[in-house]
Amino acid sequence: MPNPILVVKDLTKKYGDNIIFHDINMTVNEGDTDVIIGPSGTGKSTLLRCINLLTKANSGQIWLDGEEITAPGYDEDEVRQHVGMVFQNFLLFNHLTALDNVKIGLSKVKKLKDDQAEAKAMQELDRVGLADRAHHYPGQLSGGQQQRVAIARALAMDPRIMLFDEPTSALDPELIGEVLEVMRKLALDGMTMLVVTHEMGFAREVSDRIIFLEKGSIVEEGPPEVLFYTPKFERTREFLWKITELYGKKESDS
Amino acid sequence: MDVGRFIQYIASGTAYTVSVTLIALPLGLFLGLIFSLLYVYGGKVLTRIMSIYSTVMRGIPPIVLLFILYFMVSGNINLSPFWAGSISLGIVSSAYQMEIIRGALLSVSGAQMMAARAIGMSRMRAIKHIIIPQAFRMAICPWSNEAAIVIKDSSLVYALGVPEILRRAQLISASTQQPFLAFIVAGLIYFMLVFVTNRLLDGLDKRMRIPANP
Repeated sequence: MPNPILVVKDLTKKYGDNIIFHDINMTVNEGDTDVIIGPSGTGKSTLLRCINLLTKANSGQIWLDGEEITAPGYDEDEVRQHVGMVFQNFLLFNHLTALDNVKIGLSKVKKLKDDQAEAKAMQELDRVGLADRAHHYPGQLSGGQQQRVAIARALAMDPRIMLFDEPTSALDPELIGEVLEVMRKLALDGMTMLVVTHEMGFAREVSDRIIFLEKGSIVEEGPPEVLFYTPKFERTREFLWKITELYGKKESDS
Repeated sequence: MDVGRFIQYIASGTAYTVSVTLIALPLGLFLGLIFSLLYVYGGKVLTRIMSIYSTVMRGIPPIVLLFILYFMVSGNINLSPFWAGSISLGIVSSAYQMEIIRGALLSVSGAQMMAARAIGMSRMRAIKHIIIPQAFRMAICPWSNEAAIVIKDSSLVYALGVPEILRRAQLISASTQQPFLAFIVAGLIYFMLVFVTNRLLDGLDKRMRIPANP
């Protein structure tokens, strides 16, 4: 039986009269990697931010691990500890070394002892292959390395689910591969992931399900082989292959 | 006239000048930090109050504020001119330091706050561990400007009778009829103090700079 980690019900977000997305329903099961695709401006990033409560949705409900996190009075800071987030622009803490970036959540939020926090942070850096860059500052790392540190920072909190917001869009083409490799490994290790991306190679090979979002609502969702070859809507096929032409080739070449 | 003793008489006011500065500057920093946090993160009402505080304090000459605060404070509690003057200068400086720190806080990208919240930090923790450490680095250069101003403005406490450099220069120029020499000596001492302070703060700025590849 699939165990739903994240359940989103009738989620709607608008700024004034401008509807970003409306009545979104989705479920992410434990161990699954689901990919959200869609044209820019369709509210994919906002959806992720609503899921970890960085932005408040106007209506709808979200359950994490069976608990409704949108219930009034629910501790948002607590929720975010269990929902890892990786941003398009890495957003490492500029004044901290790679190690301290990963460590700070452990020592200041989880209140681990210094040596425990350090050991755990080192372990997570090792997991993304950057143990040898532990004492470098973000400004001394390449974009790909920064994004891997950001992934390690999120992983260190032992999240129930990882949200990725276009994690490779800000990277030079030759640096995309190393980040996708880390993500692929995570997926294989059984991490539950919800990924907004244009990397169709990754979506096709790694994801359990693709969700096609356009104009603020879900057009179609399903396993990659269905969406690529036998989608219900012609629009889905058209978009998927257009994106594959633009982005997908690099990934399958690497 | 013994020039050595002449200079020594003025220079012995340096201890007062330095003491006034060492009280006013940290007091201004402490208040300025709190006020700037209230300004930036305090919500509408506090922002408004802080904005008014800043506008008023920066719109009045320091010497006038010094007298107002001095007579206000010394009317209520018995404070020596030295302490009243130092505290008053600290309060004046707090408005300027508030603006310096406010600018630095605002120059830390809002995305840093979002990233901190994303790992479960509360707003307060994010401000303390992520925003302030970055803001402080950016505040060092403009702050060294304010440090220089406070050193020089410490001369204003002469108006309250504190025997610091300027007061002594004035006294000795009157008694020796050597105003030119007296004020040249005073000016040189102030210059040295400001020069050394700025050099120290430049060094601090360089040491605190976050390493990055060119």
